[in-house]
Amino acid sequence: MKVAMQKPVLPVGPVHPLQEEMEYFQLTVDGEIVTDIDVRISYNHRGIEQISETLQFDQVPFLVSRICGICSASHPLAYVQAVEELAQITVPERALYVRTIINELERIHSHILWVGLAGHFIGYETVFMWAWKYREPVLDLLEAITGNRNNYGNVKVGGCREDIDPELVPEMLKAMDPIAQKMEMLTKAVLDDPILHARLKGVGILSKTDAVRYAVTGPTARASGVPIDVRRDDPYAMYGDLDWNVITQDEGDVFAKAVVRLLETLEAVKIVRQALRQLPDGPVAVEVREIPPGQGVGHVEAPRGETFHYVRSDGSNRPVRHKARAPSYVNVPSFKASCIGQKMSDVMITLAAVDPCYSCTERIAVVDTRHRKVLYTYEDLLRRSRQETERIRRRFR
Amino acid sequence: MNDQELRGQIETLKDRLTGLEQPSRTRYYLTCEAEHVYAVCRFLFEDVQARFVIATVIDNDDNYEIVYHFAFDELGTVINVQAFLRDRDHPTVASITPFLPGAEWIEREMHDLMGIHFEGHPRLERLILADDWPEGVYPLRKGGAS
Repeated sequence: MKVAMQKPVLPVGPVHPLQEEMEYFQLTVDGEIVTDIDVRISYNHRGIEQISETLQFDQVPFLVSRICGICSASHPLAYVQAVEELAQITVPERALYVRTIINELERIHSHILWVGLAGHFIGYETVFMWAWKYREPVLDLLEAITGNRNNYGNVKVGGCREDIDPELVPEMLKAMDPIAQKMEMLTKAVLDDPILHARLKGVGILSKTDAVRYAVTGPTARASGVPIDVRRDDPYAMYGDLDWNVITQDEGDVFAKAVVRLLETLEAVKIVRQALRQLPDGPVAVEVREIPPGQGVGHVEAPRGETFHYVRSDGSNRPVRHKARAPSYVNVPSFKASCIGQKMSDVMITLAAVDPCYSCTERIAVVDTRHRKVLYTYEDLLRRSRQETERIRRRFR
Repeated sequence: MNDQELRGQIETLKDRLTGLEQPSRTRYYLTCEAEHVYAVCRFLFEDVQARFVIATVIDNDDNYEIVYHFAFDELGTVINVQAFLRDRDHPTVASITPFLPGAEWIEREMHDLMGIHFEGHPRLERLILADDWPEGVYPLRKGGAS
């Protein structure tokens, strides 16, 4: 059967005032089964790499922290690490600890956000409400350190802009206790639920071979048995000196991805606690006068995977080239491997399982291959996903 | 594999390279001409089993340069392959997507923004630019889209 992939009929245009991001998935179906998927991105390309070439080295962190609101600690950190590598700058130890703490708090709130949305997609509204409630104290901590809930603007070339107030440390340690407790509760609730096992196991499998071919990173790779984590493989900040584990699962399905994220959240709590306890005294930045000619790479394990930055300098005060690659750029194309052959009711959660920004999935249209007309909208898919959960739930009663 | 063995593997590429630098234990910068890109990248991906990270295209005024970034995670090493495309009027290089589907998007992006032609790419269509963007105008080239 020849699949027609020309302009389909869309329920919503590529730019819509209710959606914060533009991405478009076109699923081709044969009855209930997905036979092909096409992704279109870049409806909102901001030209950040080009803008970066017009800014001075110390202005770029503010730009790249705006690549993504959720990963607003990872991008600037990857960038400053690239510049520090090319200029051979040694960063004070206290700054490395502060960077570790902020980045792990970011991972906790990002993973909780994903758990909540995953619950929403399969009709577990309680999980959604819990997740939002338990994420809030994490954002409060980030606000206490940096002054912002997101877009922290705290790293700079040579260290950090703001120090953690020493008086805040015991309070933060205390605040970590309820966060850890709630996360353990949430993890157990999800891992012990027989309905979730039935609903998510064997769904949207990304095999290890495909994970390597599509070069995926982060929880998407680790849930498919690819044991990569920049924090351990090429240690930055203070990760090399702290005690924590890389979480992997072999199954590659949606359940495995949920397990990886939940257990990683607990590891992140462990890292934050250790870093707070060991926080050394001293300055949080060194003065950087000039950036010499050269090139450097910086990569950071963001919540969704490896964030990679490459910077080249010609000795002036601006980068001549700055490349930024976010993890979703390699994770999203793997839908070609994980969605084809899936049932319609499982597509929603399969797409959500790599944790693209959730608004991405709101742009789904399902096209009939023979008549090229729109069959399902986002709401239909959400309803079908929930019906599938309900069907399994009834089986367990 | 240890660091020496990785270095040994990379050195077997020497005939295809014009330069090999290792500024630190975990960073390699290899340089080569455009015609060797396919063989070098295929060797890194299939024989060394390095992970493809991304590629960066740079407009160097008298040539185009593509830096292919690979990561060898077992040793936390980043291997950068700098390839030079000397023909400024028709910058062309072999596509690595046929054996490395993870490169599909970035090659389409470089095609859109810098006008690089990737030979053998299964689907060299617009990814970044809008469908009604004029043909032959490449916004990332020096001098902008004008």
